Amino acid sequence: MSGLELLVVSGIKVVVAFAFLVLTVLVLVWVERRVVAFMQNRYGPNRAGPGGILQTLADGLKLFFKESMTPRKAQFLLYIAAPVLAVVTALLVFVVIPIGAPVTIGDTTYTLQVTDLDVGVLYILAISSLGVYAVALAGWSSGSKYPLLGSVRSAAQMISYEAALGLALVPVIMFSRTTSLAGIVEAQSGTFGGLLPAWNIVLLPSFVIFLIAGFAETNRAPFDLVEAEQEIVGGYHTEYSGMRFAFFFLAEYINMFNMAALTATFFLGGWNGPLFGPTWLRYVLPVIWFLIKSWVVVFLFIWARGTLPRIRYDQLMAFGWKRLIPVSLVWIMLAMVAIGVRRFGLPWA
Amino acid sequence: MHVSFEQWLTEIANYVFAALAIPTLVGAWMVVTSTNIVRAVLYLVVTLAGSAALFIMLGAEFVGWTVVLVYIGAVIILFLIGIMITRAPLGSHEELSHPATVKIPAALLSIVLFTVVAWAVADAFGGLAIPPDVGATRTGQLAEVIFQRFVIPFEVVSLVLLSALVGGIALARKDEPEEPA
Repeated sequence: MSGLELLVVSGIKVVVAFAFLVLTVLVLVWVERRVVAFMQNRYGPNRAGPGGILQTLADGLKLFFKESMTPRKAQFLLYIAAPVLAVVTALLVFVVIPIGAPVTIGDTTYTLQVTDLDVGVLYILAISSLGVYAVALAGWSSGSKYPLLGSVRSAAQMISYEAALGLALVPVIMFSRTTSLAGIVEAQSGTFGGLLPAWNIVLLPSFVIFLIAGFAETNRAPFDLVEAEQEIVGGYHTEYSGMRFAFFFLAEYINMFNMAALTATFFLGGWNGPLFGPTWLRYVLPVIWFLIKSWVVVFLFIWARGTLPRIRYDQLMAFGWKRLIPVSLVWIMLAMVAIGVRRFGLPWA
Repeated sequence: MHVSFEQWLTEIANYVFAALAIPTLVGAWMVVTSTNIVRAVLYLVVTLAGSAALFIMLGAEFVGWTVVLVYIGAVIILFLIGIMITRAPLGSHEELSHPATVKIPAALLSIVLFTVVAWAVADAFGGLAIPPDVGATRTGQLAEVIFQRFVIPFEVVSLVLLSALVGGIALARKDEPEEPA
Protein backbone atom coordinates (compact mmCIF):
# COMPACT_ATOMS: atom_id res chain seq x y z
CA MET A 1 0.00 0.00 0.00
CA SER A 2 1.30 3.44 -0.89
CA GLY A 3 1.49 6.22 1.68
CA LEU A 4 -1.55 8.07 0.34
CA GLU A 5 -3.64 4.92 0.12
CA LEU A 6 -2.68 4.03 3.67
CA LEU A 7 -3.76 7.49 4.80
CA VAL A 8 -7.13 7.25 3.04
CA VAL A 9 -7.83 3.73 4.30
CA SER A 10 -6.88 4.66 7.87
CA GLY A 11 -9.03 7.78 7.67
CA ILE A 12 -12.05 5.77 6.52
CA LYS A 13 -11.47 3.20 9.28
CA VAL A 14 -11.29 5.90 11.95
CA VAL A 15 -14.50 7.59 10.78
CA VAL A 16 -16.36 4.27 10.51
CA ALA A 17 -15.16 3.15 13.95
CA PHE A 18 -16.26 6.47 15.48
CA ALA A 19 -19.69 6.32 13.86
CA PHE A 20 -20.05 2.68 14.89
CA LEU A 21 -19.27 3.47 18.52
CA VAL A 22 -21.62 6.46 18.75
CA LEU A 23 -24.41 4.48 17.13
CA THR A 24 -23.73 1.56 19.46
CA VAL A 25 -24.00 3.86 22.48
CA LEU A 26 -27.34 5.23 21.22
CA VAL A 27 -28.73 1.71 21.04
CA LEU A 28 -26.95 0.50 24.17
CA VAL A 29 -28.44 3.15 26.47
CA TRP A 30 -31.91 2.37 25.21
CA VAL A 31 -31.40 -1.41 25.47
CA GLU A 32 -30.12 -1.07 29.02
CA ARG A 33 -33.04 1.09 30.15
CA ARG A 34 -35.58 -1.22 28.52
CA VAL A 35 -34.06 -4.47 29.78
CA VAL A 36 -33.62 -3.19 33.34
CA ALA A 37 -37.21 -1.89 33.18
CA PHE A 38 -38.53 -5.31 32.18
CA MET A 39 -36.48 -6.94 34.94
CA GLN A 40 -38.07 -4.53 37.41
CA ASN A 41 -41.56 -5.06 36.00
CA ARG A 42 -41.99 -1.62 34.38
CA TYR A 43 -41.97 -0.37 30.79
CA GLY A 44 -38.97 1.92 30.45
CA PRO A 45 -38.75 4.56 27.69
CA ASN A 46 -41.24 3.57 24.98
CA ARG A 47 -42.52 6.82 23.45
CA ALA A 48 -39.86 8.31 21.16
CA GLY A 49 -39.70 6.29 17.96
CA PRO A 50 -40.59 2.58 17.59
CA GLY A 51 -40.33 1.00 21.04
CA GLY A 52 -38.67 4.18 22.35
CA ILE A 53 -35.41 3.59 20.44
CA LEU A 54 -34.97 7.33 19.74
CA GLN A 55 -35.10 8.18 23.45
CA THR A 56 -31.30 8.43 23.74
CA LEU A 57 -31.21 10.80 20.78
CA ALA A 58 -33.84 12.98 22.44
CA ASP A 59 -31.93 12.97 25.72
CA GLY A 60 -28.73 13.84 23.89
CA LEU A 61 -30.39 16.78 22.16
CA LYS A 62 -31.78 17.98 25.46
CA LEU A 63 -28.31 17.89 27.05
CA PHE A 64 -26.90 19.70 24.04
CA PHE A 65 -29.14 22.69 24.65
CA LYS A 66 -28.70 22.78 28.42
CA GLU A 67 -26.52 25.32 30.12
CA SER A 68 -23.03 24.09 31.09
CA MET A 69 -22.46 25.47 34.54
CA THR A 70 -19.01 25.87 36.10
CA PRO A 71 -18.47 25.95 39.88
CA ARG A 72 -16.78 29.14 41.10
CA LYS A 73 -13.83 27.28 42.67
CA ALA A 74 -13.24 25.00 39.68
CA GLN A 75 -9.82 24.76 38.03
CA PHE A 76 -11.24 25.69 34.66
CA LEU A 77 -8.73 24.17 32.24
CA LEU A 78 -8.64 20.76 33.91
CA TYR A 79 -12.38 20.94 34.58
CA ILE A 80 -12.95 21.23 30.82
CA ALA A 81 -10.25 18.71 29.90
CA ALA A 82 -11.54 15.88 32.12
CA PRO A 83 -14.68 14.94 30.11
CA VAL A 84 -12.73 15.19 26.85
CA LEU A 85 -10.06 12.89 28.26
CA ALA A 86 -12.76 10.42 29.32
CA VAL A 87 -14.16 10.16 25.79
CA VAL A 88 -10.75 10.09 24.10
CA THR A 89 -9.44 7.19 26.21
CA ALA A 90 -12.70 5.30 25.71
CA LEU A 91 -12.46 5.74 21.94
CA LEU A 92 -8.77 4.82 21.83
CA VAL A 93 -9.34 1.38 23.36
CA PHE A 94 -11.58 0.39 20.46
CA VAL A 95 -8.78 1.09 17.95
CA VAL A 96 -7.18 -2.36 18.31
CA ILE A 97 -10.33 -4.52 18.52
CA PRO A 98 -10.85 -6.61 15.36
CA ILE A 99 -14.55 -6.60 14.47
CA GLY A 100 -14.34 -8.99 11.52
CA ALA A 101 -12.15 -11.24 9.39
CA PRO A 102 -9.68 -9.50 7.05
CA VAL A 103 -11.34 -8.55 3.76
CA THR A 104 -9.52 -9.06 0.44
CA ILE A 105 -10.50 -6.68 -2.36
CA GLY A 106 -8.46 -7.06 -5.53
CA ASP A 107 -5.02 -8.04 -4.28
CA THR A 108 -5.03 -5.92 -1.13
CA THR A 109 -6.13 -7.28 2.24
CA TYR A 110 -7.82 -4.88 4.65
CA THR A 111 -8.09 -5.74 8.32
CA LEU A 112 -11.37 -4.86 9.99
CA GLN A 113 -9.74 -3.07 12.89
CA VAL A 114 -8.33 0.43 12.91
CA THR A 115 -4.82 -0.84 13.55
CA ASP A 116 -3.23 -4.06 14.73
CA LEU A 117 -0.56 -3.41 17.35
CA ASP A 118 1.90 -6.16 18.21
CA VAL A 119 1.60 -5.14 21.84
CA GLY A 120 -2.19 -4.83 21.65
CA VAL A 121 -2.95 -6.27 25.11
CA LEU A 122 -0.45 -3.95 26.74
CA TYR A 123 -1.88 -1.01 24.79
CA ILE A 124 -5.39 -1.75 26.03
CA LEU A 125 -4.28 -1.98 29.65
CA ALA A 126 -2.24 1.22 29.31
CA ILE A 127 -5.02 3.25 27.71
CA SER A 128 -7.69 2.04 30.10
CA SER A 129 -5.41 2.98 33.00
CA LEU A 130 -5.39 6.52 31.57
CA GLY A 131 -9.18 6.59 31.95
CA VAL A 132 -8.62 6.92 35.69
CA TYR A 133 -7.22 10.42 35.10
CA ALA A 134 -10.48 11.68 33.67
CA VAL A 135 -12.31 10.60 36.81
CA ALA A 136 -9.64 11.76 39.25
CA LEU A 137 -9.22 15.15 37.57
CA ALA A 138 -12.96 15.73 37.22
CA GLY A 139 -13.34 15.19 40.95
CA TRP A 140 -10.44 17.38 41.97
CA SER A 141 -10.91 20.23 39.50
CA SER A 142 -14.58 20.65 40.41
CA GLY A 143 -13.48 22.17 43.71
CA SER A 144 -16.32 20.48 45.55
CA LYS A 145 -16.55 17.78 48.25
CA TYR A 146 -18.68 15.02 46.76
CA PRO A 147 -16.84 14.83 43.44
CA LEU A 148 -13.53 14.64 45.32
CA LEU A 149 -14.80 11.74 47.43
CA GLY A 150 -16.12 10.02 44.31
CA SER A 151 -12.89 10.42 42.41
CA VAL A 152 -10.70 9.13 45.25
CA ARG A 153 -12.95 6.09 45.51
CA SER A 154 -12.89 5.48 41.80
CA ALA A 155 -9.16 5.87 41.38
CA ALA A 156 -8.56 3.34 44.17
CA GLN A 157 -11.14 0.97 42.72
CA MET A 158 -9.92 1.19 39.15
CA ILE A 159 -6.24 0.62 39.89
CA SER A 160 -7.10 -2.27 42.22
CA TYR A 161 -9.12 -4.11 39.62
CA GLU A 162 -6.82 -3.19 36.76
CA ALA A 163 -4.26 -5.50 38.34
CA ALA A 164 -6.70 -8.41 38.32
CA LEU A 165 -7.77 -7.51 34.78
CA GLY A 166 -4.21 -7.67 33.53
CA LEU A 167 -3.37 -10.85 35.42
CA ALA A 168 -6.47 -12.58 34.01
CA LEU A 169 -5.12 -11.96 30.51
CA VAL A 170 -1.70 -13.51 31.16
CA PRO A 171 -2.85 -17.15 30.62
CA VAL A 172 -4.65 -16.04 27.45
CA ILE A 173 -1.41 -14.55 26.13
CA MET A 174 0.55 -17.63 27.14
CA PHE A 175 -1.81 -19.97 25.29
CA SER A 176 -2.19 -17.75 22.23
CA ARG A 177 1.56 -16.97 22.20
CA THR A 178 0.93 -13.41 20.99
CA THR A 179 -0.17 -10.08 22.42
CA SER A 180 -1.74 -8.87 19.19
CA LEU A 181 -5.54 -8.96 19.32
CA ALA A 182 -5.82 -10.17 15.73
CA GLY A 183 -3.35 -12.93 16.65
CA ILE A 184 -5.38 -13.92 19.71
CA VAL A 185 -8.53 -14.22 17.58
CA GLU A 186 -6.63 -16.26 14.96
CA ALA A 187 -5.39 -18.58 17.71
CA GLN A 188 -9.00 -19.32 18.64
CA SER A 189 -10.05 -20.50 15.18
CA GLY A 190 -10.50 -24.23 14.65
CA THR A 191 -12.01 -26.74 17.05
CA PHE A 192 -11.14 -29.11 19.87
CA GLY A 193 -11.48 -32.59 18.33
CA GLY A 194 -13.75 -31.30 15.58
CA LEU A 195 -16.55 -30.75 18.08
CA LEU A 196 -16.22 -27.69 20.29
CA PRO A 197 -14.93 -24.34 19.04
CA ALA A 198 -11.38 -23.70 20.29
CA TRP A 199 -12.29 -20.58 22.26
CA ASN A 200 -10.29 -19.33 25.19
CA ILE A 201 -13.35 -19.66 27.42
CA VAL A 202 -11.86 -23.04 28.36
CA LEU A 203 -9.56 -20.89 30.52
CA LEU A 204 -12.62 -20.49 32.73
CA PRO A 205 -10.98 -18.88 35.79
CA SER A 206 -9.46 -16.22 33.53
CA PHE A 207 -12.83 -15.57 31.95
CA VAL A 208 -14.59 -15.16 35.30
CA ILE A 209 -11.85 -12.92 36.75
CA PHE A 210 -11.76 -10.80 33.60
CA LEU A 211 -15.53 -10.35 33.63
CA ILE A 212 -15.67 -9.39 37.32
CA ALA A 213 -12.72 -7.03 37.00
CA GLY A 214 -14.34 -5.64 33.85
CA PHE A 215 -17.50 -4.79 35.78
CA ALA A 216 -15.36 -2.96 38.35
CA GLU A 217 -13.18 -1.27 35.75
CA THR A 218 -16.20 0.20 33.96
CA ASN A 219 -17.75 1.25 37.30
CA ARG A 220 -20.84 -0.82 36.65
CA ALA A 221 -23.14 -2.32 39.26
CA PRO A 222 -22.42 -4.05 41.61
CA PHE A 223 -19.20 -1.98 41.67
CA ASP A 224 -20.75 1.44 41.01
CA LEU A 225 -19.58 3.03 44.26
CA VAL A 226 -17.97 5.72 42.17
CA GLU A 227 -21.33 7.33 41.54
CA ALA A 228 -23.35 5.87 44.40
CA GLU A 229 -26.21 8.36 44.26
CA GLN A 230 -27.41 7.66 47.79
CA GLU A 231 -24.04 8.38 49.39
CA ILE A 232 -22.10 10.92 47.35
CA VAL A 233 -24.77 12.48 45.08
CA GLY A 234 -23.36 11.72 41.63
CA GLY A 235 -19.70 11.08 42.41
CA TYR A 236 -17.07 12.63 40.20
CA HIS A 237 -19.50 14.24 37.73
CA THR A 238 -21.76 15.92 40.29
CA GLU A 239 -20.68 19.41 39.16
CA TYR A 240 -20.99 18.71 35.45
CA SER A 241 -24.04 19.58 33.39
CA GLY A 242 -25.09 19.83 29.77
CA MET A 243 -22.70 18.54 27.13
CA ARG A 244 -19.86 18.10 29.60
CA PHE A 245 -22.00 15.62 31.52
CA ALA A 246 -23.03 13.98 28.25
CA PHE A 247 -19.35 13.35 27.48
CA PHE A 248 -18.91 11.36 30.71
CA PHE A 249 -22.08 9.47 29.94
CA LEU A 250 -20.86 8.69 26.42
CA ALA A 251 -17.48 7.55 27.71
CA GLU A 252 -19.08 5.26 30.28
CA TYR A 253 -21.15 3.46 27.69
CA ILE A 254 -18.33 3.25 25.15
CA ASN A 255 -16.22 1.69 27.91
CA MET A 256 -18.97 -0.79 28.65
CA PHE A 257 -19.22 -1.84 25.00
CA ASN A 258 -15.42 -1.97 24.73
CA MET A 259 -15.23 -4.28 27.72
CA ALA A 260 -17.90 -6.52 26.19
CA ALA A 261 -16.11 -6.54 22.84
CA LEU A 262 -12.80 -7.33 24.56
CA THR A 263 -14.39 -10.21 26.48
CA ALA A 264 -15.73 -11.57 23.18
CA THR A 265 -12.31 -11.12 21.56
CA PHE A 266 -10.23 -12.69 24.32
CA PHE A 267 -12.51 -15.51 25.42
CA LEU A 268 -15.35 -16.11 22.96
CA GLY A 269 -13.33 -16.44 19.78
CA GLY A 270 -13.86 -12.90 18.46
CA TRP A 271 -15.22 -13.01 14.93
CA ASN A 272 -14.73 -16.78 14.58
CA GLY A 273 -17.88 -18.71 13.68
CA PRO A 274 -19.39 -20.94 11.01
CA LEU A 275 -18.95 -19.52 7.49
CA PHE A 276 -21.17 -20.42 4.52
CA GLY A 277 -22.74 -18.97 1.38
CA PRO A 278 -21.30 -16.68 -1.31
CA THR A 279 -18.07 -14.71 -0.91
CA TRP A 280 -19.68 -11.48 0.31
CA LEU A 281 -21.52 -13.40 3.05
CA ARG A 282 -18.21 -14.87 4.20
CA TYR A 283 -17.04 -11.34 4.89
CA VAL A 284 -20.26 -10.21 6.58
CA LEU A 285 -20.79 -13.25 8.81
CA PRO A 286 -17.67 -12.73 11.02
CA VAL A 287 -18.87 -9.21 11.83
CA ILE A 288 -22.26 -10.61 12.79
CA TRP A 289 -20.70 -13.32 15.01
CA PHE A 290 -18.59 -10.65 16.69
CA LEU A 291 -21.62 -8.42 17.30
CA ILE A 292 -23.74 -11.30 18.65
CA LYS A 293 -20.99 -12.33 21.09
CA SER A 294 -20.39 -8.75 22.22
CA TRP A 295 -24.08 -8.12 22.83
CA VAL A 296 -24.39 -11.35 24.82
CA VAL A 297 -21.71 -9.97 27.15
CA VAL A 298 -23.46 -6.59 27.17
CA PHE A 299 -26.58 -8.41 28.31
CA LEU A 300 -24.53 -9.96 31.15
CA PHE A 301 -23.54 -6.43 32.21
CA ILE A 302 -27.17 -5.27 32.24
CA TRP A 303 -28.32 -8.46 33.94
CA ALA A 304 -25.80 -7.94 36.75
CA ARG A 305 -27.02 -4.38 37.20
CA GLY A 306 -30.63 -5.51 37.39
CA THR A 307 -29.85 -8.29 39.87
CA LEU A 308 -27.03 -7.46 42.27
CA PRO A 309 -26.99 -4.87 45.06
CA ARG A 310 -24.02 -2.54 45.37
CA ILE A 311 -21.22 -3.92 47.55
CA ARG A 312 -19.66 -1.98 50.40
CA TYR A 313 -16.33 -0.20 49.96
CA ASP A 314 -14.32 -2.42 52.32
CA GLN A 315 -15.86 -5.49 50.68
CA LEU A 316 -14.83 -4.14 47.30
CA MET A 317 -11.21 -3.69 48.35
CA ALA A 318 -11.03 -6.98 50.24
CA PHE A 319 -12.54 -8.85 47.30
CA GLY A 320 -10.15 -7.31 44.80
CA TRP A 321 -6.90 -7.68 46.73
CA LYS A 322 -7.54 -10.76 48.87
CA ARG A 323 -9.58 -12.90 46.48
CA LEU A 324 -9.29 -11.94 42.81
CA ILE A 325 -5.56 -11.19 42.64
CA PRO A 326 -4.36 -14.29 44.60
CA VAL A 327 -6.70 -16.51 42.59
CA SER A 328 -5.39 -15.11 39.32
CA LEU A 329 -1.77 -15.58 40.47
CA VAL A 330 -2.41 -19.24 41.36
CA TRP A 331 -4.20 -19.70 38.04
CA ILE A 332 -1.22 -18.27 36.14
CA MET A 333 1.03 -20.84 37.89
CA LEU A 334 -1.33 -23.67 36.93
CA ALA A 335 -1.51 -22.48 33.33
CA MET A 336 2.27 -22.30 33.26
CA VAL A 337 2.54 -25.91 34.46
CA ALA A 338 -0.03 -27.02 31.89
CA ILE A 339 1.88 -25.35 29.06
CA GLY A 340 5.15 -26.84 30.30
CA VAL A 341 3.70 -30.34 30.41
CA ARG A 342 2.21 -29.96 26.94
CA ARG A 343 5.53 -28.81 25.55
CA PHE A 344 8.09 -30.93 27.41
CA GLY A 345 6.02 -33.84 28.69
CA LEU A 346 5.60 -34.90 32.30
CA PRO A 347 8.68 -34.34 34.49
CA TRP A 348 8.92 -38.04 35.41
CA ALA A 349 8.27 -39.35 31.88
CA MET B 1 28.90 10.13 13.30
CA HIS B 2 28.83 13.90 12.97
CA VAL B 3 25.78 15.60 11.51
CA SER B 4 25.74 19.25 10.49
CA PHE B 5 22.77 21.44 11.33
CA GLU B 6 21.69 21.61 7.65
CA GLN B 7 21.64 17.82 7.44
CA TRP B 8 19.75 17.70 10.72
CA LEU B 9 17.06 19.98 9.23
CA THR B 10 16.48 17.76 6.20
CA GLU B 11 15.44 14.75 8.24
CA ILE B 12 11.69 14.67 9.08
CA ALA B 13 12.27 12.33 12.03
CA ASN B 14 14.21 15.12 13.71
CA TYR B 15 11.16 17.38 13.66
CA VAL B 16 9.10 14.61 15.24
CA PHE B 17 11.81 14.21 17.84
CA ALA B 18 11.78 17.94 18.56
CA ALA B 19 7.98 17.98 18.78
CA LEU B 20 8.18 15.26 21.43
CA ALA B 21 11.31 16.37 23.27
CA ILE B 22 10.39 20.03 23.78
CA PRO B 23 7.10 19.32 25.63
CA THR B 24 8.98 16.71 27.66
CA LEU B 25 11.55 19.29 28.74
CA VAL B 26 8.96 22.00 29.39
CA GLY B 27 6.94 19.51 31.45
CA ALA B 28 10.00 18.57 33.48
CA TRP B 29 10.77 22.26 34.11
CA MET B 30 7.19 22.91 35.22
CA VAL B 31 7.27 19.94 37.63
CA VAL B 32 9.95 21.65 39.70
CA THR B 33 8.67 25.22 39.33
CA SER B 34 4.91 24.76 39.73
CA THR B 35 3.55 25.95 43.08
CA ASN B 36 0.45 23.75 43.02
CA ILE B 37 1.26 20.17 43.89
CA VAL B 38 -1.52 18.61 41.80
CA ARG B 39 -0.36 20.59 38.76
CA ALA B 40 3.23 19.52 39.40
CA VAL B 41 2.10 15.89 39.34
CA LEU B 42 0.22 16.49 36.09
CA TYR B 43 3.30 18.04 34.48
CA LEU B 44 5.15 14.90 35.50
CA VAL B 45 2.56 13.01 33.44
CA VAL B 46 3.43 15.20 30.43
CA THR B 47 7.12 14.42 30.90
CA LEU B 48 6.57 10.68 31.20
CA ALA B 49 4.19 10.66 28.24
CA GLY B 50 6.87 12.42 26.21
CA SER B 51 9.47 9.83 27.16
CA ALA B 52 7.02 7.02 26.30
CA ALA B 53 6.42 8.64 22.91
CA LEU B 54 10.20 8.83 22.35
CA PHE B 55 10.50 5.10 23.07
CA ILE B 56 7.74 4.36 20.58
CA MET B 57 9.46 6.60 18.03
CA LEU B 58 12.63 4.53 18.50
CA GLY B 59 10.67 1.35 17.76
CA ALA B 60 10.57 0.14 21.36
CA GLU B 61 6.79 -0.17 21.52
CA PHE B 62 6.86 -2.54 24.47
CA VAL B 63 8.93 -0.22 26.65
CA GLY B 64 6.86 2.80 25.60
CA TRP B 65 3.53 1.27 26.54
CA THR B 66 5.01 -0.15 29.74
CA VAL B 67 6.00 3.38 30.77
CA VAL B 68 2.41 4.48 30.16
CA LEU B 69 0.96 1.50 32.03
CA VAL B 70 3.27 1.47 35.03
CA TYR B 71 4.29 5.08 35.56
CA ILE B 72 1.40 7.14 34.19
CA GLY B 73 -1.32 4.59 34.85
CA ALA B 74 -0.31 3.41 38.30
CA VAL B 75 2.48 5.33 40.05
CA ILE B 76 1.31 8.87 39.28
CA ILE B 77 -2.30 7.93 39.97
CA LEU B 78 -1.17 6.74 43.40
CA PHE B 79 0.54 10.14 43.90
CA LEU B 80 -2.76 11.80 43.01
CA ILE B 81 -4.74 9.61 45.42
CA GLY B 82 -2.23 10.31 48.16
CA ILE B 83 -2.51 14.06 47.61
CA MET B 84 -6.28 13.98 47.34
CA ILE B 85 -6.75 11.92 50.50
CA THR B 86 -4.53 14.24 52.53
CA ARG B 87 -5.27 17.79 51.32
CA ALA B 88 -5.67 18.36 47.55
CA PRO B 89 -5.09 22.14 47.61
CA LEU B 90 -6.75 24.10 44.83
CA GLY B 91 -4.56 27.21 45.06
CA SER B 92 -0.81 27.62 45.10
CA HIS B 93 1.29 26.32 47.93
CA GLU B 94 4.10 28.35 49.53
CA GLU B 95 5.79 25.29 51.08
CA LEU B 96 6.67 24.08 47.60
CA SER B 97 9.07 26.97 47.07
CA HIS B 98 12.46 26.23 48.62
CA PRO B 99 15.14 28.74 49.68
CA ALA B 100 18.21 29.23 47.49
CA THR B 101 20.35 27.07 49.82
CA VAL B 102 18.28 24.10 48.66
CA LYS B 103 17.65 25.18 45.08
CA ILE B 104 21.24 25.77 43.99
CA PRO B 105 22.73 22.43 45.16
CA ALA B 106 19.73 20.62 43.67
CA ALA B 107 20.23 22.35 40.33
CA LEU B 108 23.97 21.59 40.37
CA LEU B 109 23.31 17.96 41.19
CA SER B 110 20.79 17.70 38.34
CA ILE B 111 23.27 19.19 35.87
CA VAL B 112 26.04 16.81 36.95
CA LEU B 113 23.70 13.82 36.76
CA PHE B 114 22.48 14.85 33.31
CA THR B 115 26.04 15.28 32.07
CA VAL B 116 27.13 11.88 33.36
CA VAL B 117 24.15 10.02 31.91
CA ALA B 118 24.26 11.88 28.59
CA TRP B 119 27.99 11.30 28.25
CA ALA B 120 27.66 7.59 29.09
CA VAL B 121 24.82 7.09 26.59
CA ALA B 122 26.53 9.06 23.84
CA ASP B 123 29.81 7.24 24.44
CA ALA B 124 28.20 3.79 24.34
CA PHE B 125 25.60 4.21 21.59
CA GLY B 126 26.54 7.46 19.81
CA GLY B 127 27.70 5.77 16.62
CA LEU B 128 24.73 3.42 16.30
CA ALA B 129 21.93 4.04 13.80
CA ILE B 130 18.54 2.38 14.11
CA PRO B 131 18.14 -0.01 11.17
CA PRO B 132 15.11 1.23 9.23
CA ASP B 133 13.73 -2.22 8.38
CA VAL B 134 13.73 -3.66 11.88
CA GLY B 135 9.99 -3.26 12.36
CA ALA B 136 8.23 -1.65 15.26
CA THR B 137 8.64 -4.34 17.88
CA ARG B 138 11.51 -6.18 19.37
CA THR B 139 9.58 -7.47 22.36
CA GLY B 140 10.86 -11.02 21.87
CA GLN B 141 14.48 -9.87 21.88
CA LEU B 142 13.82 -7.78 24.96
CA ALA B 143 12.36 -10.79 26.78
CA GLU B 144 15.38 -12.90 25.84
CA VAL B 145 17.80 -10.27 27.12
CA ILE B 146 15.91 -9.74 30.39
CA PHE B 147 15.28 -13.39 31.20
CA GLN B 148 18.57 -14.85 29.98
CA ARG B 149 21.50 -12.49 30.14
CA PHE B 150 20.19 -10.07 32.77
CA VAL B 151 18.03 -12.43 34.79
CA ILE B 152 19.95 -11.92 38.05
CA PRO B 153 19.82 -8.07 38.00
CA PHE B 154 16.14 -8.40 37.11
CA GLU B 155 15.48 -10.56 40.17
CA VAL B 156 17.53 -8.24 42.38
CA VAL B 157 15.38 -5.31 41.27
CA SER B 158 12.29 -7.25 42.27
CA LEU B 159 13.83 -7.68 45.74
CA VAL B 160 14.02 -3.89 46.02
CA LEU B 161 10.29 -3.76 45.32
CA LEU B 162 9.67 -6.45 47.95
CA SER B 163 11.57 -4.54 50.61
CA ALA B 164 9.67 -1.37 49.67
CA LEU B 165 6.44 -3.32 50.13
CA VAL B 166 7.49 -4.61 53.54
CA GLY B 167 8.57 -1.11 54.54
CA GLY B 168 5.21 0.28 53.44
CA ILE B 169 3.34 -2.25 55.56
CA ALA B 170 5.61 -1.54 58.54
CA LEU B 171 4.90 2.19 58.25
CA ALA B 172 1.17 1.87 57.73
CA ARG B 173 0.52 -0.78 60.39
CA LYS B 174 -1.07 0.32 63.62
CA ASP B 175 0.47 -1.62 66.48
CA GLU B 176 -1.87 -2.72 69.24
CA PRO B 177 -1.31 -0.65 72.38
CA GLU B 178 0.66 -2.71 74.89
CA GLU B 179 -1.21 -4.22 77.77
CA PRO B 180 -0.66 -2.32 81.02
CA ALA B 181 1.36 -4.50 83.35
